[in-house]
Amino acid sequence: MEGSKGKVIYVNGPVVKAINMKDFKMREMVTVGEKKLIGEVISIDEDLGTIQVYEDTTGLKVGDDVISTQKPLSVTLGPGIVGNIFDGIQRPLNIIFDKSGNFIKEGIGLETIDKTKKWYVKFTVKEGEYLKGGDIFGIVEETPLIKHYLMVPPNVEGKILEIKEDGEYSLDTILIKLDNGQELKMYQEWPVRIPRPVKERLPIQKPLITGQRVIDTFFPIAKGGTAAIPGGFGTGKTMTQHQLAKWSDADIIVYIGCGERGNEMTEVLEDFPKLIDPSSNLPLMNRTILIANTSNMPVAAREASIYTGITIAEYFRDMGYNVAVMADSTSRWAEALREISGRLEEMPAEEGYPAYLPSRLAEFYERAGYVRTLNDKEASVTIIGAVSPAGGDFSEPVTQNTKRFVSAFLGLDRKLAYSRHYPAINWLSSYSGYITQLEEWYRQNVAEDMLNLRAEMMKVLQEESKLQETVKLVGEDVLPDEQRLILEIAKLIKVGYLQQNAYHKEDTFVPLNKQYMMLKVIYSFYKFAKEAVKVGVPISVIKNSNHFYKIIKMKYEIPNNFGDSFDKFINDISEYFTNLIKEYEGD
Amino acid sequence: MYKEYLSLKKIEGPLIVVEGVKGVSYNEMVEIKLKDKIKHGKVVQLNGDIAVIQVFENTSGMSVRDISVKFTGKPLEIKLSREILGRIFNGIGEPIDGGGPIFNGIKLDVNGSPINPVARRYPRNYIQTGISAIDTLTTLIRGQKLPIFSGNGLPHNQIAAQIVKQARVAEGEGEFAVVFAAMGIKHDDAHYFIKAFQDAGVLDRVVMFMNLADDPVVERIVTPRCALTAAEYLAFYENMHILVIMTDITSYCEALREISAAREEVPGRKGYPGYLYSDLASLYERAGMVEGSKGSITQIPILTMPNDDITHPIPDLTGYITEGQIVLSREIYQRNIYPPINILPSLSRLMKDGIGEGYTRADHPDVANQIFSSYSKVQEVKALSQVIGEDELSEIDKKYLEFGNAFEYRFLKQSFDEDRDVKESLDIAWEILSILPKNELDRINPKFIDEYYRG
Ligand SMILES: Nc1ncnc2c1ncn2[C@@H]1O[C@H](COP(=O)(O)OP(=O)(O)O)[C@@H](O)[C@H]1O
Ligand SMILES: [Mg+2]
Repeated sequence: MEGSKGKVIYVNGPVVKAINMKDFKMREMVTVGEKKLIGEVISIDEDLGTIQVYEDTTGLKVGDDVISTQKPLSVTLGPGIVGNIFDGIQRPLNIIFDKSGNFIKEGIGLETIDKTKKWYVKFTVKEGEYLKGGDIFGIVEETPLIKHYLMVPPNVEGKILEIKEDGEYSLDTILIKLDNGQELKMYQEWPVRIPRPVKERLPIQKPLITGQRVIDTFFPIAKGGTAAIPGGFGTGKTMTQHQLAKWSDADIIVYIGCGERGNEMTEVLEDFPKLIDPSSNLPLMNRTILIANTSNMPVAAREASIYTGITIAEYFRDMGYNVAVMADSTSRWAEALREISGRLEEMPAEEGYPAYLPSRLAEFYERAGYVRTLNDKEASVTIIGAVSPAGGDFSEPVTQNTKRFVSAFLGLDRKLAYSRHYPAINWLSSYSGYITQLEEWYRQNVAEDMLNLRAEMMKVLQEESKLQETVKLVGEDVLPDEQRLILEIAKLIKVGYLQQNAYHKEDTFVPLNKQYMMLKVIYSFYKFAKEAVKVGVPISVIKNSNHFYKIIKMKYEIPNNFGDSFDKFINDISEYFTNLIKEYEGD
Repeated sequence: MYKEYLSLKKIEGPLIVVEGVKGVSYNEMVEIKLKDKIKHGKVVQLNGDIAVIQVFENTSGMSVRDISVKFTGKPLEIKLSREILGRIFNGIGEPIDGGGPIFNGIKLDVNGSPINPVARRYPRNYIQTGISAIDTLTTLIRGQKLPIFSGNGLPHNQIAAQIVKQARVAEGEGEFAVVFAAMGIKHDDAHYFIKAFQDAGVLDRVVMFMNLADDPVVERIVTPRCALTAAEYLAFYENMHILVIMTDITSYCEALREISAAREEVPGRKGYPGYLYSDLASLYERAGMVEGSKGSITQIPILTMPNDDITHPIPDLTGYITEGQIVLSREIYQRNIYPPINILPSLSRLMKDGIGEGYTRADHPDVANQIFSSYSKVQEVKALSQVIGEDELSEIDKKYLEFGNAFEYRFLKQSFDEDRDVKESLDIAWEILSILPKNELDRINPKFIDEYYRG
């Protein structure tokens, strides 16, 4: 069907209304005006359609054409995505740069991954085989790190009638013809607002190892799980997300810069190609996909960027990969919803946000999961969303509603950030709902007593927080030594363990076995110190001991491949205290 | 498209509504001819044959008759060339210094366009301001947007002026110029800046866009856009290093709120429109550096926090967009300390790549970290000493109080004319850190303690 044309009758920022729209479909992608701005139909009321436009609407006129593209807002999924950077509707920013220079102009048109570029395809199926949705039919080495498995789109099946030989093809070459006339190419399209199907959802089994002590040890995130990182400005949301993008043990990272700073995306673009993935020794960019719709880019495309990112993530999950999605910041997405809703003059709910905010958040986080794919692989999408509460106040609607739908909550604390305690994750208000599910994994893969140590440390931190209430009123000196010891041990945990310097070569990423050994050192010190205090060793002796100081510095001084350094250290501590205790018992 | 319309449907605050229009485009500039003068406006909404126009100048005195409206067919543009250096313009970019119009320039749309993230160059070079607290703890980087969060009556103007005076770009690194955007500030403040530029000897390298307190409120919305367009021209066409000072962002936001209210939009927090974040981003994100140009735009926006409240939407949304903030404190100022910077909530997000070995000095990152950590401990000790009295404090807590004092009076405090080298600032930092026992310095690499600690 050709030639459905609407006529613009109303323009207000990114919201455009047009008449003559009854042949258009909801959620259909359209072009608007002389410059062919890209938009999406977001409501149809008989003849009147409302369109959100993904580019600046300056210059649009009443009477301008709205032209149908016959398809919903979709992404193009195929080789050429990994290592690339896209805007909110999957247009490669490099192509936009080639077309419009340093500044993004409107009317660029619908661009996507390069369909003329050739990739070497190795087929894994033969003529006569029966293919169904999700089946893998070939492999392309997309980057040295990522094998791109070519899959049959979920809604397609049939017997292979014709198939090409292994070789170099461009994306739009027909590779396979099925007996029912359907054709398979290297890419498929998928509407961004519809989750891609899986065979079944599986229970959570493994942690997403991040190399960040406060996360892995205290508030673990699971592969296929969901986590939120709320915090006022400057508390470290973006740094934490960048750290996860760099070091977590996902196969693929989708980083969505949603309504945030341009320089932060540039930083990723400059740094990631230089950073080396610890497990493969290849640049991290080889597994990273960036979606950048910065704060000054059109607000409707910001709304779409979240869906573009998650759909790409699901596609790589369907190949059997563990994918982690970082969305920085989901609040900007919620605000985009609010802005568009406001311009549509919808009835606002809390703080001007539309009433459907909670359901949109739920739908988004529901797209995470540990699953069995259509082609019978175990794979996952993990979602980690930053939340930017207005005024840093967690009681606002986006934080509160997000809390309902995520299982790990890493609350960033302004006071910790002010004293440059980074990551400023508050150990008292944060939580992870995955601990019980991951207990077995930690027991088998790290150490039998890893989670016990965690619990001991947590206990110290909680006691310390209670004691601080007293200290605020009377000072520390009047406390009995057993209690002062708690304060000192808490300091060891905070400075020596929880604080982790993202800019330090050794400390930026710490493997689980080192995390465990560090816990063990602190715990041994604590146990012995408790004994010592009992026999009357003054707290000042303990706190001024060389070992105390060494524990604070061990994260820097003892390397990630630590050999027997920790065992020796624990021996030293034990020896030191044994002598000390003897000395005092002797008195 | 030069069609004239002779009657209005209505006038409503800063908005006028014209009926029966055709071929009008969204966001285009409009000239409104009154009997004796021309006013300007822009199309902010189109609905069938009705156009809603936001008028930059006052609408008082306008009537629905005696008026004609001309649609210019394009967004607001200003003419730019090197000749703008040393000139003064009003809030919508018209010369007001008697120097006549700018000839031979290129015309640029004041709304600008978003910089493509792949075209940005990440800012990494520090600018020495000569102010210890800034250079050491919230280092300014060329191409950064670093606002001053201030309050009424606090010396933000002096600090900005001191930065302009002392932050000259090192020789051989290109030309330097200042773009100044005044939004709703008092005449006195405007004069203060002009005098300061004069004293700094840069007056002929300053471009000023002035919308003062008694100038039309709505015009304020265009003023920073004109200024940033001029800055982009000088930085990206003429390869200069531009320092943009925009003051007062709070007045700017109030103007936005006024228009939003007139348009009966759904308000967000405190009556400010829901799009305040995006709107501010369209200003602040115009800082930076791009491929193919040697120039840079560094922004120092100034805002006065209503009730000194940092959680107010204006500082809050600003902090979410800018690359840090310098926060002034009334309490510190009342103790006669200039510059009254509260370092704890202050932050420079870009300093990490511009300080340390090869840039300032190897110990710089650790020293900065330690001061933040120790000074935040000082606040706890101060609170405790208010409860139990200073005499009852432990020895170590007394040391912290001493450190806090030295920090404020020896390190933070400096005079308006004092231009400290960053190494000098770091030396003072060590001097005051040495008040604390060595083992309290848990953020510093032991090798630096060996080298610099003076216990
Ligand atoms: N893990 C960390 N290590 C070192 N510095 C950090 C860390 N996390 C945050 N920071 C510091 O805090 C600043 C603000 O962090 P950022 O992630 O940009 O905050 P947000 O995104 O919450 O506004 C950074 O520029 C950096 O200086
Ligand atoms: Mg951030």
